Amino acid sequence: MQALYAQLLVGLINGSFYALLSLGLAVIFGMLNIINFAHGALYMMGAFVAYFLLNNNVFSISYWGALIIAPVAVGIFGMILERTMLKFLTGLDHLYGLLLTFGLALIIQGVFQNYFGSSGLPYSIPDQLKGGMNLGFMFLPIYRGWVVIFSLIVCLATWFLIERTRLGAYLRAATENPTLVRAFGINVPRMITLTYGLGVGLAALAGVLSAPINQVRPLMGADLIIVVFAVVVIGGMGSIMGSIITGFALGVIEGLTKYFYPEASNTVVFVLMVLVLLVKPTGLTGRAA
Amino acid sequence: MTALTDDTLPITPRAMRDEMIVFGIMAVLLAIVPFTGIYPFFVMQALCFALVACAFNLLIGYGGLLSFGHAMFLGTAGYCAAHALKVWNLPPELGIVVGTAAACVLAIITGFVSIRRQGIYFSMITLALSQLLYFIYLQAPFTHGEDGIQGIPQGHLFGIFDLSKPTVLYYVVLAGFLAAFLLIYRTINSPFGEVLKSIRENEQRAISLGYKTDHYKWLAFVLSGTLAGFAGALKVFVAQNASLTDVHWSQSGEIVLMTLVGGLGTIFGPVVGAFIITGMQQYLASFGQWVTVIQGVIFVACVLLFRRGIVGEIAHFFRRSL
Repeated sequence: MQALYAQLLVGLINGSFYALLSLGLAVIFGMLNIINFAHGALYMMGAFVAYFLLNNNVFSISYWGALIIAPVAVGIFGMILERTMLKFLTGLDHLYGLLLTFGLALIIQGVFQNYFGSSGLPYSIPDQLKGGMNLGFMFLPIYRGWVVIFSLIVCLATWFLIERTRLGAYLRAATENPTLVRAFGINVPRMITLTYGLGVGLAALAGVLSAPINQVRPLMGADLIIVVFAVVVIGGMGSIMGSIITGFALGVIEGLTKYFYPEASNTVVFVLMVLVLLVKPTGLTGRAA
Repeated sequence: MTALTDDTLPITPRAMRDEMIVFGIMAVLLAIVPFTGIYPFFVMQALCFALVACAFNLLIGYGGLLSFGHAMFLGTAGYCAAHALKVWNLPPELGIVVGTAAACVLAIITGFVSIRRQGIYFSMITLALSQLLYFIYLQAPFTHGEDGIQGIPQGHLFGIFDLSKPTVLYYVVLAGFLAAFLLIYRTINSPFGEVLKSIRENEQRAISLGYKTDHYKWLAFVLSGTLAGFAGALKVFVAQNASLTDVHWSQSGEIVLMTLVGGLGTIFGPVVGAFIITGMQQYLASFGQWVTVIQGVIFVACVLLFRRGIVGEIAHFFRRSL
């Protein structure tokens, strides 16, 4: 049973990353009509920013600082990308957004690979979160519990921001009809830029969280983003809560597969995607697109 | 939805004549390669990728479907052909048939799943399916995992043509490429191709006119996947191995890049793009990971600056369809 709970926990952690990343993809798709292929690369950048903040000769900023600085820094980088490139795709076929961001992902990953190779860099768990506690039925490493709970809070906060605040109402309105929202005097282009920054920042945050668990590697986001695409196909991008629940649920299913049938743990999400497409082609929560 | 290409020029006898002239020039140029001292291995490899890119272009350029998983057909056909040749000791022609048929079966299955969603979702689904196959091939015993299938015997095609001689192999690959190219050309200009284009322009209207658009898209997907598989089977004789790199997502990305550079929805664009990208890899190999960066820069430049691609720009300049 110990092993089962351990795999469940790993599943929950992966689910946290799926949820944070697919949430960002959904928010970006809503406003920009772009599937952000660079999402995995920006997730990796988040982890690398945390690594640089800690390991340099000038200052040493801890995990806690990185948790705030990395998403902001990568978010600003994303906003620059949006202002200088992505905004020119407005009105073109959606596919061009996918192609452009795929190119950006190749550039970012290639540059990092060139300087850091393909092997991983270690990033240690902050002192406050080291160790573990005995829950009676299992041993819980504190850092892992922290990742799950913190991700859940961030996901719910994002949901609250979009579904329950005035800013979120503008955002949802601009998703439905940007021209009309503009006519009300709201600066839609700026909102689009900020939305991209928000989505990308969530990816970077996931990167920082994963740095102490998975090592910091240039290609850490490359395979992950494909799984997240499958998660997005399963859940659909129409609902924020749908993305969160699907992300966590698929992480847990993947964890269970690791325990019961480890050979299929790499493929189970893709197989589920095929099954969902056969039974309900519009995805579990999404509208037809 | 903005159309991917502005290729709305009608098919006139004149346009077809132009295209046949360009095809003739291309065939002659490729036929004299062995006498020019150009490394034939490079040209054969480029031809195989050119065929995959042409097959991919049939879907994106004429059906509006961007597949981000075409490497799965290339790799599947490669593995199956290699297995048939090496383990079952089949002659080359049957090896090609086995590889192509495997890709065809795969395309029937994956096509049925992926055409259930349109646009951007289609791309994500094809990418996810190819990743699924990647992991299957990584674990399946017959592919030999990271090592791949190596040292594949080339044999005698139809018992006559000795494929271990580079020149003979070159003309066999060239013949295969030209035949498949003509088949794609014929498909594009057939009534079936016209329906595909109408689906690309406005699927709802095509449905309202009574076309079962799903059947057309599925058939186009199967045709495209099968031809990509045929190229993958030919590539086995050139490279004499079948490995995981052929199934990897980065390979799918390269196929997209070749077509984008040459020109989406142009007839000769994918060929030009395949030669440029394959050549770039050949000559920039010493730059290591910078090749990936350069590829990314080309992607960005193509999307932002010249979406028509090289052949598309030329055709636009001369107001012809190429």
